[in-house]
Amino acid sequence: MARNIETSENRDNGLIGLIPVALSAALFAWLITQANTIAEGGAIRYVWDWVPSLGISMSFMLDGLSLTFALLISGIGAMVFLYSRTYLAGQEHFNRFMFFLTSFMLAMLGLILADNLITLFVFWELTTITSYLLIGFAHATEKGRRSALQALFVTGAGALALLAGFILLGTTMGSFELSEILANGDALRNHELYVPILILILAGAFTKSAQFPFHFWLPNAMAAPTPVSAFLHSATMVKAGIYLMARLHPAMSGTDIWFWTLTVAGAFTAVFASVLALRQIDLKQSLAYTTLMALGTLTLFLGQDSAYAMTAFATFLIVHSLYKASLFLVVGCVDYSAGTRNADILGGLGRIMPVSALAAALAALSMAGFPPFLGFIGKELQYAGILAIGSQPFVFTVALLLSNALMFAVAGIVALRPFWGRREVELPRSPKEVPWTMLLGPVVLACLGVFFGIHPDPLQFALVDPLVASLLGSIDEAKELKLWAGVNMPLILSIVTVTLGAALYIGHRGLRAWLGRVVAAAPNFDRGWDRFLAGLKGFAAWQTRIIQPGILRVYIGVTFATALVAIGGTIIARNAWPGLPDFQDVTWPIIAISLLISVGAIMAALTSSRVAAMAALGVVGIGVAMVFIVFSAPDVAITQLLVETLVVVLVAVALLRLPLLDQGGRDHRPADAVLALGVGGVFTLVLLAVLETPIDLRLTEYFEVTSWPEAFGRNIVNVILVDFRALDTFGEIAVVVIAALSAYALLRTTSERKDP
Amino acid sequence: MEALLALTIGVLVATAVYLMLARNILRFIFGLVLFSNAANLTIFVSGRVTVGAPPLIPVGADAPVGDVANALPQALVLTAIVIGFGLFAFALVLMFRAYSSLGTLYSDEMRVAEPREGGKT
Repeated sequence: MARNIETSENRDNGLIGLIPVALSAALFAWLITQANTIAEGGAIRYVWDWVPSLGISMSFMLDGLSLTFALLISGIGAMVFLYSRTYLAGQEHFNRFMFFLTSFMLAMLGLILADNLITLFVFWELTTITSYLLIGFAHATEKGRRSALQALFVTGAGALALLAGFILLGTTMGSFELSEILANGDALRNHELYVPILILILAGAFTKSAQFPFHFWLPNAMAAPTPVSAFLHSATMVKAGIYLMARLHPAMSGTDIWFWTLTVAGAFTAVFASVLALRQIDLKQSLAYTTLMALGTLTLFLGQDSAYAMTAFATFLIVHSLYKASLFLVVGCVDYSAGTRNADILGGLGRIMPVSALAAALAALSMAGFPPFLGFIGKELQYAGILAIGSQPFVFTVALLLSNALMFAVAGIVALRPFWGRREVELPRSPKEVPWTMLLGPVVLACLGVFFGIHPDPLQFALVDPLVASLLGSIDEAKELKLWAGVNMPLILSIVTVTLGAALYIGHRGLRAWLGRVVAAAPNFDRGWDRFLAGLKGFAAWQTRIIQPGILRVYIGVTFATALVAIGGTIIARNAWPGLPDFQDVTWPIIAISLLISVGAIMAALTSSRVAAMAALGVVGIGVAMVFIVFSAPDVAITQLLVETLVVVLVAVALLRLPLLDQGGRDHRPADAVLALGVGGVFTLVLLAVLETPIDLRLTEYFEVTSWPEAFGRNIVNVILVDFRALDTFGEIAVVVIAALSAYALLRTTSERKDP
Repeated sequence: MEALLALTIGVLVATAVYLMLARNILRFIFGLVLFSNAANLTIFVSGRVTVGAPPLIPVGADAPVGDVANALPQALVLTAIVIGFGLFAFALVLMFRAYSSLGTLYSDEMRVAEPREGGKT
């Protein structure tokens, strides 16, 4: 990213950068005023018709779940916008950046407020696109472009599955309105399409929220400017998948497949990501992996349906957004001030940047789960929730314990070392404290973590209770948020976590080297992605070479073979064979004419003599003309005879200048014969089937009764051609004229003739 | 009647496809002629056939008397024959021109538009 504070003269970017700040602050304020209604169990709905014929409406709903997300988005949004104004000061494309970021925020708000599946999907994709633009903001760098495309592909592919799942869900339930679907959870869970719907929707949610094995795009997305990482890739967008799972929780949870998929994927992602977080040297990458860990934990809790698990979900969702956004912004401050994010270089910034250090410390203590921070309450509830799990509580408790201990260590690496560790190397810049506009966000968010830790009641009343109510359907279900719950199992687990975490922090350098060796040996998903892309391109090239080799007869063969398989396959699959043809009314002249045509055609196909082929074509043409004569079509027969004569004449003229056909039978291939017989057979079958269906003669009858009274012609065919369908005839003439002109042009242009 | 004609059309289609799959484009054009005959007959037969009763209105009557042949497919086939001829004539000239320029009648060797490996992407 080309941020350059030394040379920037205009440090402020004008007032235009304040518009998004004001917008999101206003939205936040409005949402706060609605909190009371929601807390009393109400929900606010707005509906506008959009595509009523398809059951798609612009409907929005504000309930406990969406209110929490909306407050996080608009609140953190306001801080991030203010922060960006300074962070990206003097940046050439600042306005573009703000536009993308504002668009993203509105799309994200639309996503979490939408009450219609299709509307939700549209906003879902808008966040994908804005995220792509923001990750690729440094589009001049190879890394930026690759990361942006990777995020777009992974989440976009998931979104396609999601769309399929939504359509299946909407048609199964008879409504695309979420509120109606949620009211019929039992019907959905017992439906035979439940499993396919679940798989498709989870594919969308897991890719968006970077669950293993789709996790690899998120750390790469850190190529975006730091405010974007703080906002999209930690506090808001990556939680869209979590939001969706939470939104559908009342309708889809409670089954074995839901429990095992979410619990196992979540637990594995959490442990896996927190191990990798410890390994990172770049502070932003560390935070990215802890975000993965948080997403895994949230998924894990959404797999359950106990009140403890839901309360833990609600609390951890909020606490994570607060401390993670704050930490990301602090890392941005460090980067801005010191010019590096390398954990091994940074140290001793605490005295130079005291406010940043304070914010970092408060946020990190919340992340580590010390009392009296909200993070502590969140962790206690996590342990309470995990102990209430239906099966294998021991395994999942150990997983959670391990990832929490690793988080503790990472919190120390990110927030302790850069500020209070010893500085061993010279920094790229001489650091100084950043302006207040950049400090406001991290400080406020970090302080909220302390405030709600000491006074959890407002949070409980305004957000946690309504959120749990959205998930479990009753306002009284949520467990109480409190700092001191007595000496119990969660407290013991917390103490174990802190001890283990401290040990991990102290030994993290040695661990990191060891982890590096382990990870180097393990399969790398990011490199796997490159191989996947290369394989995809290789496959495309391979199948293009097979299907489109630049050889005419291959194209023709593929076309006919496709038609043969499609039509013949349909006949076989649907058992749509026509009945046995009826040959009783056949007369001998017709048999003779049919034989004449068939023999002529076969001869034309097999002969190696040009003259014989020409004659055979003539025989076929005359035979067809005879069919027209016998079956009462004199005008057609005359035209056919004329045209046939012309064909023979033209071919004869051309043959004078063309070489002989191959004599050695080079053109006779058994495979071609099989395909040809197949196509001919299917053609006959289809025609026989058509002849079995009743014919609609209304149009013919109309022409018969109007031909004389309206057009004054007694030859009905002629009247159709020159009167009723005169425009078609005009078109036909135009085609012939164009063919003639083109042929003339072709013959006139001179060419470097290569005589054979 | 229609059933026998359907079989004949099948023969026409089979021979036409066989010819169109040949490498020699002169054969391809023969196939094209057979194919357009098959198509014309298909339209004609789909409208059902009637022996010895052309769709004409006798003098003094306002509509045809008795059962006459279906006039609509006849009109369509008339158009189709002429257009098929236009296509044939153009294809023939194109082939002739291709032969003059490229010196071959084998489509495998005509690779101006899609060169063999190593072509520009």
